[in-house]
Amino acid sequence: MADKDVPPRWDRRMQQRLARGEAAALGELYDRFASLVHSLAHRVLGEEAAADTVTREVFAHIWEHPETYDPKQGNLRSWVAAVVHRLAVQRLRDSETAALPRRSERATEDLERKVSRASAAARADYIVHSMPAPLRAALELAYFQRRDYRQTATDLGVTEDEARRRLRLGLQLLSTAHDTGTPPGYGGAV
Amino acid sequence: MSGAEESGAHEAHDDREGRRPGAGDHGAQGHGARGAGDVPHGSGPGRSPRIPMPRASVEDGGLPLPDLADPGDLAPVPLDLPHDVLKSLLGAWALAACSADETVAVEDHLGTCGGGADEARRLREAVGLLRRPESLDLDPALRDRVLESCLDRRPPRIPVPGWAAPYDAETARLDALLQDFGDAEWHAPVRLRWFEADAPATRRTTVAGVIAHLMSVDGLIAAALGLEDLLAGVAEAAGKDAVGPAGRTEAYWRASHFPPTRSVQAPWRDQSHSLVRSVSFTGSHSGGLAVSYGDFELPLRDAMLDRAFECWVHAEDIAEAVAYPYEPPAPRHLNRMIDLAARMLPLALAERRRAGLSAPGRTPHLVPAGAPGRSLRLEIEGAGGGQWLIPLDSPAAVGSADFEVAHVALDGVEFCRLAAGHVPPQEAAAGQVGDREAIRDVLFAAAGLSRM
Repeated sequence: MADKDVPPRWDRRMQQRLARGEAAALGELYDRFASLVHSLAHRVLGEEAAADTVTREVFAHIWEHPETYDPKQGNLRSWVAAVVHRLAVQRLRDSETAALPRRSERATEDLERKVSRASAAARADYIVHSMPAPLRAALELAYFQRRDYRQTATDLGVTEDEARRRLRLGLQLLSTAHDTGTPPGYGGAV
Repeated sequence: MSGAEESGAHEAHDDREGRRPGAGDHGAQGHGARGAGDVPHGSGPGRSPRIPMPRASVEDGGLPLPDLADPGDLAPVPLDLPHDVLKSLLGAWALAACSADETVAVEDHLGTCGGGADEARRLREAVGLLRRPESLDLDPALRDRVLESCLDRRPPRIPVPGWAAPYDAETARLDALLQDFGDAEWHAPVRLRWFEADAPATRRTTVAGVIAHLMSVDGLIAAALGLEDLLAGVAEAAGKDAVGPAGRTEAYWRASHFPPTRSVQAPWRDQSHSLVRSVSFTGSHSGGLAVSYGDFELPLRDAMLDRAFECWVHAEDIAEAVAYPYEPPAPRHLNRMIDLAARMLPLALAERRRAGLSAPGRTPHLVPAGAPGRSLRLEIEGAGGGQWLIPLDSPAAVGSADFEVAHVALDGVEFCRLAAGHVPPQEAAAGQVGDREAIRDVLFAAAGLSRM
């Protein structure tokens, strides 16, 4: 995504503009992050209406509490993703809990499994979205275009060694989505 | 391994989600749908010579049939790869993107290398997390709802003036439309259409050219606000030809050696964001600031509405060019745009008279400024509609129901297409009652509001 190239200055300025109550800044924030917010929320909740609601909550949270973003902890994008993650997982847990007929150990385990699966899926989306473009391109070719690594190397104009390295590194990054706790890219706000 | 086995294995693994690396699956070769019989001879495109080629049946070749016991060169050659090469293959292996013999070599190695096996398991699980990105088609109406609920919870200290809201919304909608465009879309041909001297006019460009056009004309407002004019250099070089909307656009198009590309999106969007931001700071009292369009001026608040209208109209041109659906603006924004056109009609009627395109009104000079005059009732139906009384004989007169001589009823979107020069006035689907000459004049004047 283009906004990875945006310097952190943009992040800090955005935070200041939100803090001083500039409605135009809120619009710009939405334009930059709405598709990220909505797609992550949708990945966790699997439902359009719920994703819309979480999108509304996320922007309301940021608009009301811009000061809770700490630029030293990471970029604004990763913080926004962390806010989405927290609110979407919260909502999933609440709605699943409400739907439980009665509390049993088995049902609670199922719920936790579901929550952690949804959680990992959303983290994975974010990781793929934010990883360096060359790694993403290699994964895209090898997985979605079904190219082997030699063809991937040819397509990308790199050596076979480099293609193998990119595929391995890309998957290594992606595998951190299974880690519970804060993945490195999320900026410590989960 | 024979070609037939290879194809069969590949077909069995056609569902990518269920794909697991395995000895039979050196799948990503790109010919899985073929049967063994029509496998081509020689190297296919992109194939590595290290992978054994599937071959035509030996019976077709006129060669002596091999002894059944002779495996020939079909026997797998065990690969002896060093540890670090095997490790470097783990990603490709997990994605089933290495050759069959490499797959075998990796899997043999994993049996003896604990660290490797652990990583292999992690990487294979990671493959299960890969998903096609979901459709990014956000409901465009969501932006409005989200922003509104935010601003309800915490009222802004620096709001966007109401007259700038349609521009903010329309530029955001167009930006979202452009988001997933590839090169084919950016270079799709677009025919700009408008009305000039009661005749349709057109100009060919591309999707990127349309964005360059929007950016060039938005720059008129940037200039009025004292912001950086992205076209400063171009406009200076082109001299006085490059003052109005069309002149600036043509100058910009000319100044570039190559046709515009997707690279115009970012500067167009940055400029539109900074316009919204600037008018928020100058506040609602700045709405009267004059914006020069070359041969006429509009107050800032109307210029922002005009740009919102143009942004929508051209977004529709673009959507049509690439066969995407595109909705009309939110009703309250549409209403403001219609209102602007209705307010501009009296002046447009006066200009038509001056240009000899219509006969002078029956009471042209008898109406003192601010007095009620002969009027046409413009009834706009549908969302965003309303009623406007258009004074017919002088821009200085005030529309009056007592002097109503004609009544025209049109759908809101149809009226906007008329005012955009996209529907010829003779063909506009309008209900008409009363003075036919007045109605004709108003419909032609509405079409004449359009420009490139």
